[in-house]
Amino acid sequence: MFTVCTDPSLLSGFDWFACYLTTPKHLTFFGSFFLVLLLIVVVAPLALGLGFAAAVASRSGSPFLSLPGRGYVALARGVPDIVFFLFVPIALDQAFEYLRYLMICPDQLGGVWQGNDFIVCSAAKLPLSTAAPIWHSVYGFGLAVISFGIVFGAFAGNVLVGSFKAVPIAQIQTGASFGMTESQIFHRILVPQMWIFALPGLSNLWQILIKATPLLFLLGLQDIVYWARELGSSKTGIYAYPHPDWRLYYFGFLLVFYLALTAVSEAAYKRLMVRLSRGQGTIASVGKATLRSGF
Amino acid sequence: MPVLAKPRSEAGSKGMSGCFETIQAYALRAIGIGERLLPKTDITLCEQMVLIGSGLIWNVYFGILATGFGFWFAVCLSLGRASPLAILRMAAASFVFLFRGSPLFIQFFFAYEAFVLLPKIGVTLDLGVFVIDASTGWLTKAWAGALFVLFCNTAAYSSEIFSGALQAVPNGQIEAARASGMTKFQIFRRIMFPNMLRLAWPAYMNEAIFLFHSTTLVFFSGFPAWRQEGDALYYASYFAEKTFNPFVPYPIVAGYFILITLVIIGFFSVTSTYLNRSVPQQRRVKPRFRLLRSR
Repeated sequence: MFTVCTDPSLLSGFDWFACYLTTPKHLTFFGSFFLVLLLIVVVAPLALGLGFAAAVASRSGSPFLSLPGRGYVALARGVPDIVFFLFVPIALDQAFEYLRYLMICPDQLGGVWQGNDFIVCSAAKLPLSTAAPIWHSVYGFGLAVISFGIVFGAFAGNVLVGSFKAVPIAQIQTGASFGMTESQIFHRILVPQMWIFALPGLSNLWQILIKATPLLFLLGLQDIVYWARELGSSKTGIYAYPHPDWRLYYFGFLLVFYLALTAVSEAAYKRLMVRLSRGQGTIASVGKATLRSGF
Repeated sequence: MPVLAKPRSEAGSKGMSGCFETIQAYALRAIGIGERLLPKTDITLCEQMVLIGSGLIWNVYFGILATGFGFWFAVCLSLGRASPLAILRMAAASFVFLFRGSPLFIQFFFAYEAFVLLPKIGVTLDLGVFVIDASTGWLTKAWAGALFVLFCNTAAYSSEIFSGALQAVPNGQIEAARASGMTKFQIFRRIMFPNMLRLAWPAYMNEAIFLFHSTTLVFFSGFPAWRQEGDALYYASYFAEKTFNPFVPYPIVAGYFILITLVIIGFFSVTSTYLNRSVPQQRRVKPRFRLLRSR
């Protein structure tokens, strides 16, 4: 990075640290924090969309829609999410490869399940073994995003089902007495009013999502946990920057990162709540009572 | 040809009696009793069910002890947060922020490194209750170290619930108690504590469920499984790796956890009836399901 860093063994004190913290590996480590933020930013709308769809489906009069919707939402409760995170990416990967097998090499010798092994022809592999390493990472990240989306979609569905129920029935009756159709009531009354009730639950979900991001490491991605373990482990003299086991400090840094993320989110949530409460006729907008998120 | 057919028929003849033998060999494998070697080839459904069930012993161990001890610490923390002493309030609030604001996953890593490293470099850490030094090597084992982290984590989350419930205790009851000459301790013991429990119980049930779910993280974060004695998910991932088939072991874990969740719900509904025995029937606090807990 800097010109002084050409021979690390001569450095000491501040210079040593300045050079140590700007090695290419450390820059990758800092970059992986953006991976975490990217995951949160991509998963949040995906999960919200899935959750909204599930909540609407579970309210449907047709059992063909309401049963899958309810089942999907209920599943998230009984099963630890980490089980999903270990299961869904492998299942998705096999599903994609199976689809490609059907398209590309359906007459493969011996089928896809040979004993206990799942084997597809090399042309159907995802990503192709000839692909650049970056595509392997992108594919892994994509699988992670879908898995997080599915799990958090169920959580969000649970929150939204509750907030649909929280809209005062008088509002819906008023809409009906004005001669609105069901879909008009849904679009003009139910959906606009439901968000304020959903907000505490969704903010909580946001916090859960932030705290679930280290699970990326379990999916084999080179995220902040991976790099903290990698860079923190003790380095002997054969390395340019030898140091003892510093994983404690690296994990301490991650701890501070997450605490800061939590604190910033909480502050943002408070401001958002004040804004959205304007003119809603709830305690938050009418009375001066302090806001209690209720959770 | 008949020679080739032999292993197949042997595997088929395992059947019920074979499963009984598997139970004898592996039912207590997770705590080091029974067969030493894990099955490597020809893994049967029975072996998966038994070993994953054996791993469940650890999940139940962590879950029960962490909630059992964490409950009392949580009560102390919420009293601390309501204390007139500013320093007590600060200490309790920062403890809660630390453990609620960071991922459990990172807490496990951090704690493991701390328990391993600090005694090694000669640092002794005085936690007030006990001192971490070279003699506390047992803290690097999952049974103690992970339990300690889970205990702090659940105490922080529960104290948030209990603090809310403490503030919701009807003031009239406290005034009545004061008027009848009760001491401060008597008021807490007879009025505040029972009311707090009653009000917090539904939310606390959710906390207990999610704590049990969180126990699956233990052997995936820092604390190594000693002699392949791990929890349910540890064995499930072992089988998924050995059979390349995630579609059997992970659903088994999911099934076991749904059972545990049902047991917890049952326990809390029974105790909820007891806690609400003096409350008029129609005002009984119903156990409600909420999905609000992060790790």
